[in-house]
Amino acid sequence: MSATGSTLPRPRLLGRATVNAVVAISVLYTLLPVLWLVLAAAKNRDALFGSDLLSLSDFSFARNLTDLFAMDGGLYGRWYVNSLLYAVLGAAVGALVSVACGYAFDKYRFRHKEKLFGLVLAAVMVPQTVLALPLYLMASEAGLVNTFWAVFVPVLFNPFGVYLGRIFSQGYVPDEVLEAARIDGAGELTMYARVALRMLGPGLVTVFLFQLTAIWNNFFLPMVMLSDQDLYPVSLGLYAWNSSASVSPEYYPVVIMGSLLAVVPLILAFVLLQRFWRSGLTAGAVK
Amino acid sequence: MTATTEHTVRVPAPRAAAPSARTRRTARRRRLGAAGVLMAPFFLLLTTVFLIPVGTAAYLSFYSDDQPGLGFGPERTVFVGLRSYAAVLTDPTFLGGLGTVALYCLIYIPLMVAGALLLALLLDSGVVRLRAFAQLGLFLPHAVPGIIAALIWLYLYTPGISPVVDLFARADITIDFLGVHTVLPSIVNIALWSNLGYNMVVFYAALQAVPREVIEAAVVDGAGPVRTALQVKTPLVRASIVMVAMFTLIWALQLFTEPMLLSQSSQMINSRFSPSMYIYDAAFTRNNYSLAAAASVILLLCTVALSYGVTRLTSRNSTAEEAR
Repeated sequence: MSATGSTLPRPRLLGRATVNAVVAISVLYTLLPVLWLVLAAAKNRDALFGSDLLSLSDFSFARNLTDLFAMDGGLYGRWYVNSLLYAVLGAAVGALVSVACGYAFDKYRFRHKEKLFGLVLAAVMVPQTVLALPLYLMASEAGLVNTFWAVFVPVLFNPFGVYLGRIFSQGYVPDEVLEAARIDGAGELTMYARVALRMLGPGLVTVFLFQLTAIWNNFFLPMVMLSDQDLYPVSLGLYAWNSSASVSPEYYPVVIMGSLLAVVPLILAFVLLQRFWRSGLTAGAVK
Repeated sequence: MTATTEHTVRVPAPRAAAPSARTRRTARRRRLGAAGVLMAPFFLLLTTVFLIPVGTAAYLSFYSDDQPGLGFGPERTVFVGLRSYAAVLTDPTFLGGLGTVALYCLIYIPLMVAGALLLALLLDSGVVRLRAFAQLGLFLPHAVPGIIAALIWLYLYTPGISPVVDLFARADITIDFLGVHTVLPSIVNIALWSNLGYNMVVFYAALQAVPREVIEAAVVDGAGPVRTALQVKTPLVRASIVMVAMFTLIWALQLFTEPMLLSQSSQMINSRFSPSMYIYDAAFTRNNYSLAAAASVILLLCTVALSYGVTRLTSRNSTAEEAR
């Protein structure tokens, strides 16, 4: 790139090699553990503890898969459905709620607006572990402990989504378009639903993905709220199975296979929606 | 208010003839109504799952279920002032946990920020082959849930299962990844692995937004690629660096999932390893709500103070930049 580089080819070549080596090692560092998970998922219990990881002699991917869904009366399937419900439904509703609020922060003027927005930003900082005990006490007061709602409602709250929604609204929804719609006689809410929401699409997808990841990752809240294994999300279920594995090692292959399957939905979401979140992430990061 | 005047100006002539104060007022009221409707669901959530819980935590920390006076009568809730705080702050296990997390932050945050920034700068330099593949590969762990990442690494740390430990053993090196001195670096490694690629993408996006003319000017001035990266590009993405540092800090202070999982296999991690684990232990194992609430408030204050410090650092930097 540089002007001096062309006159000094040797150090530049060395530099290129070093740069590529550093990146290659980093990529190996991030990829190999995932590769290990894939390979280990194909091993039966004895092979897991014994033989060479790459040998295919004791290939039992299909068996591990059937074992996984048969273990403890098909509990894993339930957890998977629960996780999908918590995450997909929660992220969809949460993203709509946050982006609508962010849009209102951007497009409307009202008293104490910036103070309210400051409150929203402050909420980003508060650790989840701080809220867990009071939320548990409130849920138990309301008779909601150990129900779907105890986990579903708190995860809808996404203050960072409001922040992003405001930035996206600034970037994607020009005020002129709204003025034109108003002149055409559109009501404020119809205008939001018909005009603004469509323009906010990529931003909405970004917030959705952020929240999907967060809810799919969620571990502390379900751990506090749920005692009924039938309501567990995958994360908590695998945690429980892993603690049994030290006593009864037949859990090891199913925990590994279960972990592999638990990675799939997020990868799918990121790949399928990448056209949207790439643009969204950039908008969020630059600000 | 400017929006309203604009609106009346643009209205076609026949209607604009009489933009009476009343119609303007109804338009304004309609907009306020719409803003209210759009914001209500979020603020309902904010109140129920944020404001009330924070208030409850603060309240609980000042009260306690005590046996009254001479031990007669039923238990009742009494005001104990700062007693729970004193109990938490003199509890060596809590202070130990706080120290652990402080050490964890000191190792993890610089490594994370420097590592992610270095990778982003390298990818931005234009000499990396297969850049799209490299980015995707680095980003992949972000799609792996935290508990699964901890599980994978737990197995990679476990002798007998782990090919890594095997490999070291073949070279006659015995490493106990879950020993006294290694368990914290092992946790740092899990967090680093999970988030490095994501933060790299954030930095990379910011670097892409740096105007090319600035870089070209630096090159014309005779700056080599390393100097361009460190002295030109890095200062220009300072806002992203601070943002990443702040989010990394907030998450790091909550340290819970990884040690909780590793504690199933390591004697080195007790049930009060980090402040978050202390809170969980106090609330749900010992059922001492006021102790848990006081610890929660202390953790909250630490988080707010530290993140405020980080944002202050940014605003001072950005005003300094504007002055330049």
